[in-house]
Amino acid sequence: MTAPARSGTSSDRLQRLLALVPYVVSRKVVGLGETAAAFGVSERELVDDLNMLWCVELRAPDPYCPIDLSYEGGEIMVSQAESMDRPLRLGVDEASALLVALRMLAELGQAGGSALSRTIAKLEAAAGEAAAPSAQVAVQVDRSAEEGVATLAREALAARRRVHLSYYVPNRDEATERDVDPMRLLLVEGRTYLEGWCRQAEAVRLFRLDRVLSIELLDVAAEVPQDAEPRDVDQGLFRPSPDDLRVVIELTPAGRWAAEYYPCEEVTDLGEGRLRVVLRTPDPGWVRRLALRLGEDGRVVAPAALVAEIRQAAAAALAQYGSPGEPDG
Amino acid sequence: MSRRKTERLLSLVVCLLSSQRYLTATQIRSAVPGYPDSFEAFKRMFERDKEELRELGIPLDTGSNGPLDEEVGYRIPRQEYVLPDIRLEPDEAAMLSLAARVWRHAELAGAAAGALLKLRAAGVEAAEASQPGIEPRLTGEAAFGPLWEAVRDRRPVTFSYRAVGRSEPQQRRLEPWGVVNRLGRWYVAGHDQVRDAVRVFRLSRIEGRVEFSGQRGTVTVPPGTDVRELVAQWDTHPVEHQSAVLRVRAGTGFGLRRRATRSRPDGDGWDLVDVPYADPGWFAEHIASFGVDVVVSEPADLRDAVITRLKGALA
Repeated sequence: MTAPARSGTSSDRLQRLLALVPYVVSRKVVGLGETAAAFGVSERELVDDLNMLWCVELRAPDPYCPIDLSYEGGEIMVSQAESMDRPLRLGVDEASALLVALRMLAELGQAGGSALSRTIAKLEAAAGEAAAPSAQVAVQVDRSAEEGVATLAREALAARRRVHLSYYVPNRDEATERDVDPMRLLLVEGRTYLEGWCRQAEAVRLFRLDRVLSIELLDVAAEVPQDAEPRDVDQGLFRPSPDDLRVVIELTPAGRWAAEYYPCEEVTDLGEGRLRVVLRTPDPGWVRRLALRLGEDGRVVAPAALVAEIRQAAAAALAQYGSPGEPDG
Repeated sequence: MSRRKTERLLSLVVCLLSSQRYLTATQIRSAVPGYPDSFEAFKRMFERDKEELRELGIPLDTGSNGPLDEEVGYRIPRQEYVLPDIRLEPDEAAMLSLAARVWRHAELAGAAAGALLKLRAAGVEAAEASQPGIEPRLTGEAAFGPLWEAVRDRRPVTFSYRAVGRSEPQQRRLEPWGVVNRLGRWYVAGHDQVRDAVRVFRLSRIEGRVEFSGQRGTVTVPPGTDVRELVAQWDTHPVEHQSAVLRVRAGTGFGLRRRATRSRPDGDGWDLVDVPYADPGWFAEHIASFGVDVVVSEPADLRDAVITRLKGALA
């Protein structure tokens, strides 16, 4: 397991020092390298920490050094730890961070449910009073995907086998057929996705499980190319490309939701609750759909070709209602 | 924190934790190296040190050793300081590692890492799940930090909120009961002091800073409150209770056909499709987005709403 990233704030070092002695004591003997990795520091920083602990000296009533330890030959041993042999109890934020995350995982109902409920119970017991406020934070995930879809996706991952998906693409209002070599399952922004190498697109793609119309486990081993990069979802699910169309839309207060739902490159406040947003998309059809949906709540102002296309689409749709669309231009 | 300060605080913790008795400020000063000679300067520094220890969650007890002791003393009670014993099986430890990764890049990331460190210090071994599982992520939101603090410390807050369709944000005063992430979006539920009613707010619509507007411990969450349920009710569309008849061009309108209760051919490459819906406004927008491929046959008010949308797009 890689060490969790620690921010470099001032109290971090004191917390680390307080955890270090019990970490060694509970393991009796432990390697320098392994300990440094667990604490997310370099071996040099760790040795500096150990020296600081060893140097603690209380001067009264009689001078004495409460902590005695050694790290000869790269092995840390604590021979005297006084009252420092146990870690500090969990704070409310610490207990809540883990409990909220564990309960969210439990709600996913994935394999490991029994391990999860045991972990939650043990952590609640250890945290004591600090566990209570965590009940005031909840995470609710989407479970609208068919149970069988998630199960088969997990099976395919475990067995490293290719799957065939029938997948609905709302932006294009299409059901598509594709063969996918699964890479991992992701839970991002409340939805579960299968990430995999799409053999039709010859690229890494994310498939939202609630949009999978059917999934079939193929009798073919998955072949994910060596250079297939998993997406860095921490930077957001949708990464615009510089080649994408740059679209400018003006939104009324009633159309502001669009600025919340879609990642905007720029948002300018036009006053009175109106916004001008700049979006990037490879798909003009998606913008046309959005513009028709927004109606008077949003007006695409650029690019000009797309503005004309939207007007034509609206006029053609209105014509089917026998409504006289205003003449173009 | 400077090295000298870290050394001093470390010695202070060891000193107070080792002592069975309450130690006076004078005793602490003579035992712990690093305090200044002037008593006034020492007092100021000691006050700040105590505050730092409390912020780290270290229980600092004040009291005296007997009725004859006039000066107040300090100690760290060991039974309140130590994390109780916790032993985890490898599969449980793996779940813990997974849980700690959930917050990566979100507000409680540091807290999750700190918790993991303490649990490892208690002897819990690092472990990974043997089966490929799921990589879960929670994304952050600027208002989460202060609202979580307010919920945790039971303090009322004020913030500027822009509801959908409002041209100006409004100042809200809230006794927050809980923070909920529903399908990837953060909400806060609580008692709106101005409207004197239960309200739910979406964090992404809060503008500017969230300010505390009262003391800690002054918010009471009514017993039996289920904040998750409050947010779910606020967010959920009512049950679908109307049905529309739509003309849908063959081979299109897939998103509508998925929800259809009935579908039959209507000649000339069109189908007649019955689709239930709850919110006419939202459904009209949805239908308009299909453009020439979907036409509302009935009901009339839905038909008119779609025509209005399309005229708006044309204007």
